[in-house]
Amino acid sequence: MVTPISYFLVLSGILFAIGVVGVLVRRNIIVMFMSIELMLNAVNLAFIALGRRIGSIDGQVIVFFVITVAAAEAAVGLGIIISLFRNRATVNADELNLLRW
Amino acid sequence: MLIEFVIGALKAIVIVFLALSLAGVLLWFERKGAALIQDRIGANRAAVLGVGRRLGLPNLGLVNTLMADPLKLFTKEDFVPEGADHFLHGLAPFLALFPILITFAVVPMGDTLRIGSRTINLQASHLDVAALYVLAAIGIGVYGLALGGWASNNRWSLLGGIRASAQMISYELALGLAFLSVVVTYGTLDLQQICQIQGGVWFGWLPRWGILVQPVSFLLLLTAGMAESKRVPFDVPEAESELVAGYFTEYSGGKQAVFMMTDFAEVVLAAVLVTLFFFGGWQVPWLYHDGFHFPGPHGAFLQLPNYAVAILQIGSFWAKTVLFCAFQILVRWTLPRFRYDQLMQFGWKGLVPVGLLNLIVTALVVVLVGAKY
Amino acid sequence: MPLWLFSFLAVLAVISALGVILQRNPVHCLLGLAVNLLDIGVVFIGLGAVTVGFLQIIVYVGAIMVLFLFVIWLLNLQAEGFGGYLGVRFFGAVGAAALAAELAVMFWHAAPISRLVAAPTPPGSITSLGRSLFSDYLIAFEVTSVLLLTAIVGAIGLARRLPSSTDLAERSATGQTSLRSASSTIERREQIPGPIPARVDSGQGRDRRIA
Repeated sequence: MVTPISYFLVLSGILFAIGVVGVLVRRNIIVMFMSIELMLNAVNLAFIALGRRIGSIDGQVIVFFVITVAAAEAAVGLGIIISLFRNRATVNADELNLLRW
Repeated sequence: MLIEFVIGALKAIVIVFLALSLAGVLLWFERKGAALIQDRIGANRAAVLGVGRRLGLPNLGLVNTLMADPLKLFTKEDFVPEGADHFLHGLAPFLALFPILITFAVVPMGDTLRIGSRTINLQASHLDVAALYVLAAIGIGVYGLALGGWASNNRWSLLGGIRASAQMISYELALGLAFLSVVVTYGTLDLQQICQIQGGVWFGWLPRWGILVQPVSFLLLLTAGMAESKRVPFDVPEAESELVAGYFTEYSGGKQAVFMMTDFAEVVLAAVLVTLFFFGGWQVPWLYHDGFHFPGPHGAFLQLPNYAVAILQIGSFWAKTVLFCAFQILVRWTLPRFRYDQLMQFGWKGLVPVGLLNLIVTALVVVLVGAKY
Repeated sequence: MPLWLFSFLAVLAVISALGVILQRNPVHCLLGLAVNLLDIGVVFIGLGAVTVGFLQIIVYVGAIMVLFLFVIWLLNLQAEGFGGYLGVRFFGAVGAAALAAELAVMFWHAAPISRLVAAPTPPGSITSLGRSLFSDYLIAFEVTSVLLLTAIVGAIGLARRLPSSTDLAERSATGQTSLRSASSTIERREQIPGPIPARVDSGQGRDRRIA
């Protein structure tokens, strides 16, 4: 039996929710970053599934750009984390609270 | 339906078996070849019940390398160092070997074989984007050694693992650029089609092999392939005189055997890729699917049955692969090792610009000449 | 895509995603994420987006995850507990579960048109993707290349070590605890010969002063 597209969308929703939990629960910035990548991945899946359903190549093109931009974002984000670590000696999000009240 | 599945499984088993056997034979070839190059004898002691000596035959060290060594490796104690990550320490060797083996799924050994009414494509899996698949698998291979180096709880392993993974991802770029030039030349990513396009002749006698069209890319692919398999001169990750054994310092027994197997499987893979892209793959010069068409004014035509053609093609493929494996072994025992910064500079500042330039020139030529292969 | 294959891939994806958020050691989290991305890449290939699937494996799994791994090693991150305020953790988990349930219900009970009965031929080949990229989305393509260049320059600039660094981590490792210049600290250390430690130092290799 061929799987309906809604199955893929449900999987995408579950992965997105797991990513949200990761960002909220984990305090290590790198793991939070990884959870953000999980969310991006879930959205990619939704794009591809829906693009396949309506028979358009646009879904894949958008995912192509999302992957590329995610690569750029990962590079810059990790550079920021390295700078942060060098100045604060910690990657715990709770301790990076210089701008808090 | 079932018969298709069986044929596919058989093809996959055969090619992986052949690749691993070649890797095993290469181990012996390397020991004896190294001995020859270094003007010594090499391993020549072990024998089974002294059979060879009694018959007066010279001991070539085959029992030594192919029976005694594996037996020793697999019966050694398999320890995990204190404080190491047990799961990753055990997973790493297989994580290194697995991607290299699965690339052999898209390697075409021959053209087609006709058995009865069935035409079998001599390729375990026919993918339209086989070249992308090979790149993806090589990219995954970084994890095995990176995690193996880290999971050993040993700073020399970690250093070796970091160096190895940095080297591998740097030379993947050069590898990818070499792939790209070939793909632009042939207009297809399908490995079987690339081999088929290299049939035929120019000027009536010159086989249309890729090396005549892309010589720079050939050098690039060979160099990057040798760097990917971390062989001398790109040997720093497992520098035997510097880092003990680099990322597999803390591995013994069966796991080390798997790492060694990975090394030689990558040698075979590099040789296979060079053969496929630049030396016609399974093409034998002047051999077409119905027999030999020799060139010349009195071009003789030798009719051959289909299975003979297939056997010749498979034989030619593996002969060329063995030739390039031997070349890599020769290079290993001839050149000294690069220093790490020289290695990285060579990759980023040497090979990548050359690859990019080659790609641009190739693209220009393809567009201007309008070559429609 | 046959149902048995999808079930296997979906279960693997969810398990590895849970592994990402629940593991203590960052390297284990990373491995979970790599498996998840590989899995979803295979799903892409199964859905007909072969090129994008392989791109995901080559770029995401093969390069970005290795970048993460290098940064984890560079910062020498160890396994850690979960931490954080209990309220954030609890309500975060509850909120995410609610989100998941809502999304699942929404997608499951979507209009019947979303059920795959007979799909049009999916244009997944590399030629159609290339054609679309270089015609309809050409500007986005070129701008993305400039974006990548900017990201490279930015990442190098951010992660660069300046010669006279004022990093706290580096300073504390060399025994310098205030923002006085490094040279004065080194002179001070050379003038006062340190006593022989009474016990073997079992620390992380840092200079422990036994004064």
